[in-house]
Amino acid sequence: MAKMKVEEQEKAKTKARMSGSLMLIEALKAEKVEVIFGYPGGAVLPLYDELYKAGVFHVLTRHEQGAIHAAEGYARISGKPGVVIATSGPGATNIVTGLTDAMMDSLPLVVFTGQVATSVIGSDAFQEADVVGITMPITKHNYQVRDISELPRIIKEAFHIATTGRPGPVLIDIPKDITTAEGEFDYDQDVHLPGYQPTTQPNHWQIRRLVEAVSQSKRPVILAGAGILHANASNELRQYAEQQNIPVIHTLLGLGGFPADHPLFLGMAGMHGTYTANMALCECDLLINIGARFDDRVTGNLKYFAPKATVAHIDIDPAEIGKNVPTKIPIVSDAKAALQELIAQQGKPADTAAWLAQLDEWKRRFPLHYEPEAGTIKPQKLIEMIYEMTNGEAIVTTDVGQHQMWAAQYYKFNRPHRWVTSGGLGTMGFGLPAAIGAQLADRSATVVSIVGDGGFQMTFQELSVIQELRLPIKIVIVNNQALGMVRQWQELFYDKRYSHSLIPNQPDFVKLAEAYGMPGLRAKTEAEAAEVLKQAFAMDGPVLLDFHVRADENVYPMVAPGKGLHEMVGVKACEESSR
Amino acid sequence: MRRIITMTVNNRPGVLNRITGLFTKRHYNIESITVGHTEIEGISRMTFVVNVDDERTAEQIIKQLNKQIDVLKVNDITDQAIVARELALIKVAAPPAVRQEIYTLIEPFRASIVDVSKDSLVIQVTGEPEKVEALIELLRPYGIKEVARTGTTAFTRGAQKATTNQKTAFII
Repeated sequence: MAKMKVEEQEKAKTKARMSGSLMLIEALKAEKVEVIFGYPGGAVLPLYDELYKAGVFHVLTRHEQGAIHAAEGYARISGKPGVVIATSGPGATNIVTGLTDAMMDSLPLVVFTGQVATSVIGSDAFQEADVVGITMPITKHNYQVRDISELPRIIKEAFHIATTGRPGPVLIDIPKDITTAEGEFDYDQDVHLPGYQPTTQPNHWQIRRLVEAVSQSKRPVILAGAGILHANASNELRQYAEQQNIPVIHTLLGLGGFPADHPLFLGMAGMHGTYTANMALCECDLLINIGARFDDRVTGNLKYFAPKATVAHIDIDPAEIGKNVPTKIPIVSDAKAALQELIAQQGKPADTAAWLAQLDEWKRRFPLHYEPEAGTIKPQKLIEMIYEMTNGEAIVTTDVGQHQMWAAQYYKFNRPHRWVTSGGLGTMGFGLPAAIGAQLADRSATVVSIVGDGGFQMTFQELSVIQELRLPIKIVIVNNQALGMVRQWQELFYDKRYSHSLIPNQPDFVKLAEAYGMPGLRAKTEAEAAEVLKQAFAMDGPVLLDFHVRADENVYPMVAPGKGLHEMVGVKACEESSR
Repeated sequence: MRRIITMTVNNRPGVLNRITGLFTKRHYNIESITVGHTEIEGISRMTFVVNVDDERTAEQIIKQLNKQIDVLKVNDITDQAIVARELALIKVAAPPAVRQEIYTLIEPFRASIVDVSKDSLVIQVTGEPEKVEALIELLRPYGIKEVARTGTTAFTRGAQKATTNQKTAFII
């Protein structure tokens, strides 16, 4: 009896009349949202008033871009949707980059933007922008609330859409008068979206075709993308690869889905992938893509991509299958469900002994390579030192460019959900704010934010947040006083005309850290770097590390734009004697 | 190649913008669009005629449209037995001397005169786009002042021929 009563009370509560702002707070509670990243402004004042009263954990970043990248970092590590609030007009337009980034990398976000009152929409009112129009192509879905009665349904749909199927950002634009209007709050209703029914279970006939193809293949390979991580399918991937003796290659975003120290792992594929991974893609007779989208940075010139292979593609988004690469075995499914089905089939494993021997030979002869140089800091060496210092257990966030590629190459991720990087969009300024969200998603983890001196200067205002929340993030600036990847391309393809890519005029990053109230340390040689890292990781709180690395170092191997994966440059054969 | 794609969508604000935006973003070339209500309240029907380079692009269009939350159903009906119609209004120069000639000319098209003025006529024609095209060409020598076309609207016939080569866009 007593239990009944409680349930009835609960139900009555969820049907209570309340303001739009309070509805939002109640909906966030119902969705078990732990943290909101945001920035107030005129159109969201009623909402922020309710946030104040409700005592919701809200992180005030120092720019809306910081808020949305932090939410992305949070989503990437926690697997839960990142929640963002921005005001109308400039607040909303400042999150455009983050929305696009989340769209490209399939990160679940629910973003609320304020809007001018419905009575003045369309009149070019103060801080008005057509946010729904602007964000239509860069969100999985978006809404403008036109009546208070729609608000609960829309919020519920937004969380559902953001987190199911192929995840992505969903935006809700809320006019100011809706936040103060009163209506009935009913959050128990079921989501009814006849136009949105993602397929999550594989087609059995296609699974059997794949099992058959594997049993007949001699040189199969798995290309695993971030779909593995979104589906929490790392264990299944490993189990399947081991059951069938199939080697595994990762995309940039997939790193950590398969243990880097596993004998079947070949490394990352693509423009700066390993020799073995890229050659395996060229030589394989069966390519099983699981949760990757055949991005151009992975495939190189499509004309030369996997020319000998039958292609199987497992993806939750049917539009990715056959988009770039003709696919013989299409499997629309959640990666975990498909892998479980494949494992259960216990198909005859491929006879891969000769293939694996060939791959091992390549791995041994053509490993990732750089010339050590003790008097300076080699950026690759720096990443290796960080890897050792953190036992390969840290969450690593990066910006975009050379340092990102070195981190991907030399930080060996053995666990999933440790790697936070901007892949599809390639957003500079992503790494530092993303680290805030990543740390909040996993408080006990060591978080290292590896950034370039260029990208860092795009969003370093978020140092304030790191200091304020005492987040023990280790910020590593790979400082080459240049926009390194741009400089590298200019060196290689533009006859060394370094057009606006060298930025020797820098602030003193150590003093900058101190200005924000956190320690800063600098190193210019390998020995200093070792010392500085030791100090930094012994500290409890945040610390900024400025490493002056070899400025003219390039990322290799490299597949030049327009070339096939087999046309790598910067591959060096390892001498037998030196092994 | 020319494809006729029909779809049903939720009649929500911005839905047309969503669809045309998708075409712009992915560089699909729209020849015509028609939109209107269906027999079900709150649901609209759209008919697109698009020009694509190959089957893969056609398949991509269908898949991308299907991903839109407000899109309920998408069909490429090009290769099916269909009824496709377009309406055109054609204002043609028509001094009294040639009027009778024009009347005779349009008759086999079952077109009709919907407006008459001192020196021009407005002709309304309905039919398959090719028929509309043919009539416009016939009238061109008389001096066409204005043409307004609705674009193609279409759906599949009640009975499909057994041999119809219906292309399955994708086997899920």
